[in-house]
Amino acid sequence: MAESSASIEHVISDDSDMEHMTAAEVLAKLEEAWLNEKFAPELLECRTELVECMLDQIAEMNKNIEKAKKGDFRVTIHRIEIDRVRYVLSSYLRERLQKVEKFAEHLIEEEGKRLPDTASKLSPEELQYAIEYHKSIDAHFKQVALRHMPPNLQSVDTKDTLVKPNLDHFVFLRVNERTLDDVDIDGIETLTLDNHSQYVMRYRPIAHLLENNAVSLI
Amino acid sequence: MRGLFEQNQQDVSATVAGEAGLFSGVQLRHACLERNRRCLLAYLWNRLQRVREMRWEFGSVLPQDIRNCLSEHESQWFSNYNKSLATYMRSIGGHGGLDLTRDKKPPKSLYIEVRCLEDHGEFETESGDIIWLKKNSQHFLPRAQCEHLIRQGILEHILS
Repeated sequence: MAESSASIEHVISDDSDMEHMTAAEVLAKLEEAWLNEKFAPELLECRTELVECMLDQIAEMNKNIEKAKKGDFRVTIHRIEIDRVRYVLSSYLRERLQKVEKFAEHLIEEEGKRLPDTASKLSPEELQYAIEYHKSIDAHFKQVALRHMPPNLQSVDTKDTLVKPNLDHFVFLRVNERTLDDVDIDGIETLTLDNHSQYVMRYRPIAHLLENNAVSLI
Repeated sequence: MRGLFEQNQQDVSATVAGEAGLFSGVQLRHACLERNRRCLLAYLWNRLQRVREMRWEFGSVLPQDIRNCLSEHESQWFSNYNKSLATYMRSIGGHGGLDLTRDKKPPKSLYIEVRCLEDHGEFETESGDIIWLKKNSQHFLPRAQCEHLIRQGILEHILS
């Protein structure tokens, strides 16, 4: 992406600050978000701004390709780059969608309990999708089976069907920025995670460290 | 299940009327009922998951022999699922969305060597070239355009 003719700057709003990033940096962030999403047992925060930025980039590159003359060597390289970026984007969104489908009920419940000023893990379209998916599965069960059952069994209790993400799943992680002292493990002990080293441990204690990119999953 | 339930009801009304000793029977039958319900729902849910996988494999139109195996409710569910998925994919980003069922594997090269497994007639590529897909003919085509034909089984990717 650094070889595209101009480093295209995109404005990405980061809370209250406005940050300019080159296309290469956006791609690096997207790849990190993609890997974290792949290895985390729960749905992570939604990075719609990265997705939209990359899609804009792809549209730009397609336009540039059409303008360039045929047989130009760089066209092939750009096409391969576009394919690669599209694969990373698709894979990232597919991972998220799979998790949304798996934990649909749980996510809808969480969304209902969320306070208005905390960020949502789901984008509005994903929330819509989760609600529709959950409704269609419920309706299917009712139509096919539950209708014909005796009256006191017709409603399925939600706590039986709820699938919660397994936060105690073991993950591999790498520490990014600095040595992290006082990582609290369930209030029992505190660990020191050294900079640039890799660990394997349960997801739950380090979940909060993913938010500010202090660690990344591998 | 209805049989079990009716027997249970009889026992429940008898117990409420004061007769002791029937309670374990009621509990046992209730446990059986719940287990049966759980088995039924698990079966249905697994079928739905298979149907969902077909959507990601084959696209929004299923082959005829699979369509024959689906019940009416499942076909209904499939079309609802299709609709929600299409709405979601269209809403990604601002330029008309992204088709998530493409690009399942990381791209290794831009063009791939494919062999045609059955007659498919004419095929027009994005650059405008018209290629005649005859059985056992080999072509060197852009990967993005062959992908869905490979998944349908019409083209075969030559690896060596």
